[in-house]
Amino acid sequence: MMRLPRFRYHAPATLGEAAAILQGEGSQAMVVAGGTDLYPNMKRRHQTPKTLIGLRKIDALRGVKGSPARGLWIGPATILTDLEESALVREHYPGLYEAIHSISTPILRNMGTIGGNICLDTRCNYYNQNYEWRRAINFCMKCDGDTCWVAPGSDVCLAVSSSDTAPILCAFGARIQLVSKKGTRTIEAKDLYRRDGIDYLTKRSDEILAGITLPPAARWRSSYRKLRRREAFDFPVLGVAACVRFDGEIVAEARLWLGAVSMAPVEAAEAQAALVGRRLTEETIEEAARLAYPLAKPVDNTDFGLRWRKEMTRHFVREALLEVGPPGSPSGRGN
Amino acid sequence: MAVGSDGRGLRVVGKPVRKVDGLSKCAGVTLFADDIVLPRMLFCKLHRAPVPHARIVRVDISKAARMPGVMAVLTGKDLPIPFGILPVSQDEHALCLDKVRFVGDPVAAVAAVDEDTAFDAMNAIEVEYEPLDAMMSIEEAIRKPSPRIHEYGDEGNIHKKIALEFGDVERGFHDADQVFEDTFYYEGSTHLPMEQHAAVAAVDPDGKLTVWSSTQTPHYVHRALAKVLNMPPARIRVIACPNGGGFGGKSDPFNHEIVVAKLSLLIGRPVKVTLTREEVFYCHRGRHPVLMQIKTGVTRDGAIKAMHFKSYLDGGGYGSYGVASTYYTGALQTVTYPVENYKFDGLRCFTNKPPCGPKRGHGTPQPRFALEVHLDKIAERLGIDPAALRLGHLVPPQSLTANYLRVGSMGLAKCIDAVVEGSGWKQKFRHLPSGKGIGLACSSYICGAGLPIYWNNMPHTGVQLKLDRGGGVAVFCGEIDIGQGSDTVLAQVVAEVLGIDPYDIRIVFGDTDLTPVDLGSYSSRVTLMMGNAAIQAAERARELLATAVSEKLGIPAERVGFGGGQVFDVEGPERALSFADAVVAAEARFGTIGTVGSYTPPPSAARYKGSGVGPSPAYSYSAAVVELDVDPRTGWVRVDRVHLAHDVGRCINPVLVVGQVEGSVYMGLGEALMEEQVFRANRGGVHRQPSLLEYKSPTTMEMPDVVTYIIEDPDPNGPFGAKEVGQGPLLPIAPAVVNAVYDAVGVRIDEVPVTPEKILKALDSPAKRFGPKGVPEVRWPDPIRVPTPWEGGTGRAAADRRPAEARR
Repeated sequence: MMRLPRFRYHAPATLGEAAAILQGEGSQAMVVAGGTDLYPNMKRRHQTPKTLIGLRKIDALRGVKGSPARGLWIGPATILTDLEESALVREHYPGLYEAIHSISTPILRNMGTIGGNICLDTRCNYYNQNYEWRRAINFCMKCDGDTCWVAPGSDVCLAVSSSDTAPILCAFGARIQLVSKKGTRTIEAKDLYRRDGIDYLTKRSDEILAGITLPPAARWRSSYRKLRRREAFDFPVLGVAACVRFDGEIVAEARLWLGAVSMAPVEAAEAQAALVGRRLTEETIEEAARLAYPLAKPVDNTDFGLRWRKEMTRHFVREALLEVGPPGSPSGRGN
Repeated sequence: MAVGSDGRGLRVVGKPVRKVDGLSKCAGVTLFADDIVLPRMLFCKLHRAPVPHARIVRVDISKAARMPGVMAVLTGKDLPIPFGILPVSQDEHALCLDKVRFVGDPVAAVAAVDEDTAFDAMNAIEVEYEPLDAMMSIEEAIRKPSPRIHEYGDEGNIHKKIALEFGDVERGFHDADQVFEDTFYYEGSTHLPMEQHAAVAAVDPDGKLTVWSSTQTPHYVHRALAKVLNMPPARIRVIACPNGGGFGGKSDPFNHEIVVAKLSLLIGRPVKVTLTREEVFYCHRGRHPVLMQIKTGVTRDGAIKAMHFKSYLDGGGYGSYGVASTYYTGALQTVTYPVENYKFDGLRCFTNKPPCGPKRGHGTPQPRFALEVHLDKIAERLGIDPAALRLGHLVPPQSLTANYLRVGSMGLAKCIDAVVEGSGWKQKFRHLPSGKGIGLACSSYICGAGLPIYWNNMPHTGVQLKLDRGGGVAVFCGEIDIGQGSDTVLAQVVAEVLGIDPYDIRIVFGDTDLTPVDLGSYSSRVTLMMGNAAIQAAERARELLATAVSEKLGIPAERVGFGGGQVFDVEGPERALSFADAVVAAEARFGTIGTVGSYTPPPSAARYKGSGVGPSPAYSYSAAVVELDVDPRTGWVRVDRVHLAHDVGRCINPVLVVGQVEGSVYMGLGEALMEEQVFRANRGGVHRQPSLLEYKSPTTMEMPDVVTYIIEDPDPNGPFGAKEVGQGPLLPIAPAVVNAVYDAVGVRIDEVPVTPEKILKALDSPAKRFGPKGVPEVRWPDPIRVPTPWEGGTGRAAADRRPAEARR
């Protein structure tokens, strides 16, 4: 069987303690919550931290607080199942519920956390392989090697942002709290990500994800559509997150984000702009889909062929917006 | 025995008896090979080639050998004797000797005190390679005869070429009203058993070797170990552990089994190896990718006057069962619908990929896919309903086919009727709204190969019974349960004959020291062959008991009946002994009660070269109707329901039969819709996705409703009339899916898997088709010509072999 490399494990009870250990150990250390992404990666020698800091004992990193009117605070070490079962999330942030519900399998959602999904390592068919396989291709840019085998001319790693929650949190305008020994800072979810498959997070290695805040849900409707081979187990090869705020029948604000088509979530700005000030009709939806899909530039490093994946973007943007529907449509799409 | 064709009079056979090994599996106490832990046990890891085709220049094990905790390091020269499952393909070495043939081919092995040390030592081994040009496809292997992957084989990188002709196909095409031709491709796929292969070897102080392994074929592993280790077989004991799924992937003797045996002999301590999932993808022996061309001449009403079938198999790096697989791609086309004249050309290439071999359906799902889609097209062109076309032209029971396969019971008509009626076919076919489709396909499969893998005239299976004074019965048989339920079938058959409770029976299985040889759990042979041997052994025991009891009761032996744990006078059942007392009486009369039974298949009618593949004591039949939705905007296919009728001859256990049908449907849908064992030719020949996550196989979420119709057309050669069910029901799934896709959106997908991308491409194409354009140019050998039975043939080849060229 595949074995974990050796590491030291710390289980601090407070966030301050965890930040202090992380600071002290330097870049050889990593934090772990559910471990559903990190441990398999360690078995494949993608990451071989000398020290792991477990976050499971830190109560302050768990739970859901707030209300739809004030907005929600979500502890990053909250397991995905608990969020899936939260009526607050399900009724008022349906797009987030759908994204979480679509992650992996029920069993892994019992272990995996939302913080883990937000920070999910980028994925690539040339990277998510074991050590011996990667040695056969002389390794790749993302780990132990120099070349990007997806596009050997590329000087940037093209591994795919495969988080289901990332695009919907960007679309909701969620804010992310980062805590380190040096202090706390809060950034927009969209500013957490970087279009670089290796350095895909702007989070510093001494920082711990400490909280996620969602803005008030009033008048926002949302949806998340995911393309994958199977209805369980699979990472997205495309995720479409849509959040729309209505003023009567008219779209006051629209946010459309594409996941799993690049190294970071991609904002479909032109499509958003095309919706604002108009009704959500088949025509406006079609136009938004037409404007959004050229942004998807899939490369050959996930399941399915890239041309088809690009074509599906148009289709899935349409579906996501249809699902959001105009206000009053009986879809349970939020407020 | 007094059993009607409807099964009346049976007490245990035909009942949904709980699996005799079910509770221990559910409770987690079954010992699989990886569960075995022995004192002082060491752990083995294999160092595998990172290149697809290369000469080994140098293997440096010095660093690994010096590491603390490393007990031994082996390389190819430590195990120089070749092996292989088929006598004609002894082309494997436990560790590569002079060259490597695919990424993952093992080059060296280490044994160390723990797995971590073994892992580090494996990675400390350094190998220098001289790269060779790699063959990554059928076309490439045919086009490039050098460098040769093997120094043997028919020519260049073509391992085997076959040409057989039964009757005269040119005459048949001439006599036909219409001739149709199609080209198909069936992608390779792997077995994906939940349990990875594992083996443990240990040596007794007196030098006897024991190997526990997750193998479907302990007898063949025994033979390979004796050969490669150069040890008397009597000093080697192979114990097959219950398999956590096999599907054909554990039917070869494997390098890792030989390696742990050698390491254990060298070091004197037990050695275990458990493969990673990636390594299971490298063991493979799965479905051959096959390119096929089929040309058929038919009359206006659909009778097949002639068929010419060509197949091109991508064999991977070694022979494995490949020669048999190649013959199988041409053997069973004839057992469903009469083919008046039949010609088969088949070849298998060596390529630089993990070796292909037998996966559930061994060599027949691919040609069956081609044939059943081809027939769907023919039916449409002739304006005949596809179900009616098939029903109108069925091979009669108790008949000989063009290639001399002897068909016994033949329940395909009942199968077709069941799925047609059950699915509402007549109301739905070509009448559903766009995007909804329904498709039908049929198939047949062998119930055990008529010939053993190595030539011998001994039985294919043996069963021993030992009767205890307490009424217990121990049954010894070399069979191995791979999840299909063979232990339960064995218990039911013996319980039926002796009139006892199957749970009073102890099964001792798969142990070359303790059990008589059974050739293994492959070719759907176990129920038929083991079942017949078990009946024979049990009837011999019953005879002894009947004699003793008749003397005790003072009645003629013919009046002694067995049932409900009693041995009684059939004319006055109150005059009875308990089964235990009957054993006591018999033991007092005859001494220790032990009996044996064995089974050898009937001789084949086919006597030509190449006729070893195809003949079987019986043939099972299946018909499937698939109902599905296709989204024309995305190409997405969702299967709603599968109706599957299977002629199992006699159903020994309905729960097991339904389980095998549903499992076959599941595996068939995986092959039809998503599974692909594929490689990156432009990236050093690596496997694209050797992991359970990225090798896409359906989950329960993709599994549709399956409606199973058990059809019983008892076969005189089957135990109680029983035929196979483990493999046959997989065969019609892929063609039924493809035929249903055509019904839904009007495109022909002439290759599997049927992906959404292919459907969209077909919808966009002028021909409304996606599939291979043609087949490579090949100079076929002159065919072996065999006159058909209706030409007065005898099953032997005609003396003359007309040149292929002259007949064009």
